[in-house]
Amino acid sequence: MVTVVELDDLGFDRGAHLLVDRALRGQPPGTVVEVRGSDRHLAVHLRSWARRRGHGVAGARVIAGGAEARRWHGAERAGGARPGEVVERAPASWGVAARGALVEAGGPPLAGIDLDAKAEVWTDLAPKLYAQALASQWDPAVAVDWDEPHLHDDVEAAVVQVMTYLVENEQTALVVPARFLGRIHPHYREVVQFLAVQVADEARHVEVFTRRALLHGEALGVSGAGGRASLQTLMAEAELSLASFLLSVLGEGTFLNLLSFLEHHAPDPVTRQVSRLALADEARHVAFGQAHLEHRVACDPSLRSRLRAATERRHAALARTAGLAPEVFDALVVLAAGGWSTEAVGRGWDRVMALQAEMDEGRQRRLVRLGFPPAEAAALSGLHTRNFM
Amino acid sequence: MLPGEGGPLTLGAVAYDPKVVTIWDGFRRWFAARDFAFDFVLYSNYERQVEDLLAGRIHVAWNSPLAWVRARRLGEAAGRPVRAVAMRDTDCDLTSVVVVRAESPVAEVGQLRGATVAVGAVDSPQATLLPLAHLGDAGLVAGADFKVRRFDVGVGLHGDHIGGEREAARALAGGEVDAACMIDGNHLLFSTEGTLAPGATRVLTQTPPYDHCNMTVSAEADPAAVEAFTGLLRSMDYADPEVRPLLDLEGLKEWWPGRLEGYRPLEAAVDRLGFYDASGRVTAAEYEP
Repeated sequence: MVTVVELDDLGFDRGAHLLVDRALRGQPPGTVVEVRGSDRHLAVHLRSWARRRGHGVAGARVIAGGAEARRWHGAERAGGARPGEVVERAPASWGVAARGALVEAGGPPLAGIDLDAKAEVWTDLAPKLYAQALASQWDPAVAVDWDEPHLHDDVEAAVVQVMTYLVENEQTALVVPARFLGRIHPHYREVVQFLAVQVADEARHVEVFTRRALLHGEALGVSGAGGRASLQTLMAEAELSLASFLLSVLGEGTFLNLLSFLEHHAPDPVTRQVSRLALADEARHVAFGQAHLEHRVACDPSLRSRLRAATERRHAALARTAGLAPEVFDALVVLAAGGWSTEAVGRGWDRVMALQAEMDEGRQRRLVRLGFPPAEAAALSGLHTRNFM
Repeated sequence: MLPGEGGPLTLGAVAYDPKVVTIWDGFRRWFAARDFAFDFVLYSNYERQVEDLLAGRIHVAWNSPLAWVRARRLGEAAGRPVRAVAMRDTDCDLTSVVVVRAESPVAEVGQLRGATVAVGAVDSPQATLLPLAHLGDAGLVAGADFKVRRFDVGVGLHGDHIGGEREAARALAGGEVDAACMIDGNHLLFSTEGTLAPGATRVLTQTPPYDHCNMTVSAEADPAAVEAFTGLLRSMDYADPEVRPLLDLEGLKEWWPGRLEGYRPLEAAVDRLGFYDASGRVTAAEYEP
């Protein structure tokens, strides 16, 4: 029986081919489809359309060719569509195809994508953390009430110095995941998506800390050479898991305590607000890094020795640098003091001491979760940069 | 390297578009992977390519239908007949159409008497020679019974450059001419891309089917090399992801054996319009490739 396609007055210049294509889809070569219609160019256009598609034509009848089926010879699904179906290693031949798409064979393989193994990049938490990240986005113009009274100049200077320090740290935290983003196979898209939002988070942090620094003046604080040296060692780490360990687990993990400290002790509401907002984002980054590392260590327990080596290497690289600039340390004390009375300065000092102890405890806790024995966790935490990040 | 001297089989192709380099460079690599020594030379126009084919500078020419007609005439005149060994599936049974605006009072070909008809370049088989000869068959002599407005884009490319046809279509849409000539596939293309509004034109007449390009080989080319070349072309499979993009660029799904009966209409048109003489000499007026 010959299939009949009724086109009415629909011409090939207005999409008639879709109906003919539909009738031919999946049919073996030689299948005949009769095309009927009243468009005045039907005969002329049917003939040229069919020729281009590799079909034969006899009058109003199209005889299916085999080109369409041959085009999909060797095509394969790029894994399953759902996050639970990611494959152990994503081939470069899938290119940037959507996960689960039917991929036509051929085309250039993905270039420069060296992070293509589930064990290297994946964490089952990625979809959930990405969804949380999206739901937690905030607009600095709306989320922060930027109107606030001027602080005492000396205290304001301390706040500006801390903000200056935060900006250089956030700029580093932006660059590190950004460098890995383009190296991860898009098959592991939730990881790529999460890191993309992480980069956007850091961009926003750079903005709000800069804006707070300039809220009442035109000049920023100082940038110490030791601090910058410490941050540049983070950017030099070429392996995703090691970079994630140094940046997220140790660095941003330490920053959770710092931002919480600023949220509680900053003398002005804007600093407290921006610290609170950044803290929520950083907590997500730490959770992702921690989950990624826990997955990696579960797959490959020997990774722990490389994490330890990375920490020691960074410590050695920074041994001859000053670490945290004294201006930053002092600014933290003044900021937490909120004034210049002896009583206030003493209180600020005590708070910064307590902060450093909390930072150390937090690092040790996260290291223990990665399977390091408590004594080793304590030793490694002690090797962490004095610059906090 | 001359034929029979053991060098690569050398093909000439006309560079009517930058994609020609991609296509033949890709085919060259594909042939090399199959241990077939092959190279190509690009020409700026078909006349030079055909002359070089007959002079033995190349073994194979990827010829337009008009270039085939000239190569055949030159070869026979010289006693060294050329052969058409392969063509694309899309080269067979094409037609050209003469189109008027939908609301035109011209209802039949005879009513074009005194009208202005737009055509493509002087050397376009599909947009000039074949449709003008077709109108001649209907009793209308170009230049005498109707005016011809020619759009000489890419002269020497034998109509491979679509520009002349598109300009002719634009002239029709703009009301500058009464009718325009084009290949059937371009009428569909122009109607979908917007050069012609859908439904705004009407096909007044359609030529009988004719064939388009072919692989023309010289009499001197090594028969074994030609056979190997033809066999490899025929074996190019649209299912092969390496060669498929090249086939797509070249506009075919598979290579077919060459056939000659489809060139009769163009041979007749060339004679009627005096484009070449019987020995393949260029006799067309105002033709400077």
